[in-house]
Amino acid sequence: MITCKEFLAELNEYLDDNVVDPDTKKHWQDHVDACPNCFVVVDTTRKTLQVYKGMQQQDLPSDVKGRLWQALEKKMAARKPAQT
Amino acid sequence: MTPATTVQPSFDESSLVARARTGDTEAFSELVRHYERRVYRLAKNITRHDEDAEDVLQEAFLKAYEHLDRFQGNSAFYTWLVRIAVNEALMKLRKRKTDRTVPLDEPIDLGEDVMQREIAVWEDNPEQRYSREEMQKILDDAVDTLKPDFRTVFVLRDIEELSTEDTAETLGISIPAVKSRLLRARLALREKLTKQFKRKGENLLDYV
Repeated sequence: MITCKEFLAELNEYLDDNVVDPDTKKHWQDHVDACPNCFVVVDTTRKTLQVYKGMQQQDLPSDVKGRLWQALEKKMAARKPAQT
Repeated sequence: MTPATTVQPSFDESSLVARARTGDTEAFSELVRHYERRVYRLAKNITRHDEDAEDVLQEAFLKAYEHLDRFQGNSAFYTWLVRIAVNEALMKLRKRKTDRTVPLDEPIDLGEDVMQREIAVWEDNPEQRYSREEMQKILDDAVDTLKPDFRTVFVLRDIEELSTEDTAETLGISIPAVKSRLLRARLALREKLTKQFKRKGENLLDYV
């Protein structure tokens, strides 16, 4: 069986399901099934990604937004379409 | 939960870009309105600094407007915009040269060794135990402890959901470098969050 170190080096490939070679997949799966520590690492890494992906989009603060649009409008007024 | 890449059906990026390229400022404005929050979030996540993030936001859209004629259309407009924003953000980081990575407790080993020290089961649904603000702070604090090289890869791959290839191209690094940085970033964050979220009073053996 592969070692924990070997498995963890491939953790992303395992999590992201990037590898199609069935033998390699089986080696990894056998390790996860047999190793409680790596099982927990897999589970909590998955949860880590979930909480970050679930992070709400921050609203743009209204003052930041105001200044962005001020800068943009100035720019767009200065560089109008080619036909003008 | 809505993935970051979801695009509303009414939003037709390529036709807006085409119109904007002919000088249609309303079309360009529509693109800005669509992406302003995401660009700001990206800028904030990479720079970890309010004023820098605002500068990056403005510069990214101003440059995109100015150089729209250089946009080849062989990548998505958003990928192109991200590239501009990331470059601006990295410049800010270099300028500040502050390495806000001083961990409050022992440093996480981001070297060759990927072995994990903090191995514990999490409590159920940590998201429900904290307010949105508390959760945001926990996640931000964990990201803050990553070195910029690792943080930037994590932000692009796992928050902005860019592909490995696009991340490599955006940052000008190799695909193996993206992969190894992402692995270390994920494992470091996992350790940090485990300290916060681990189930109290039970040991691992109860779980397996």
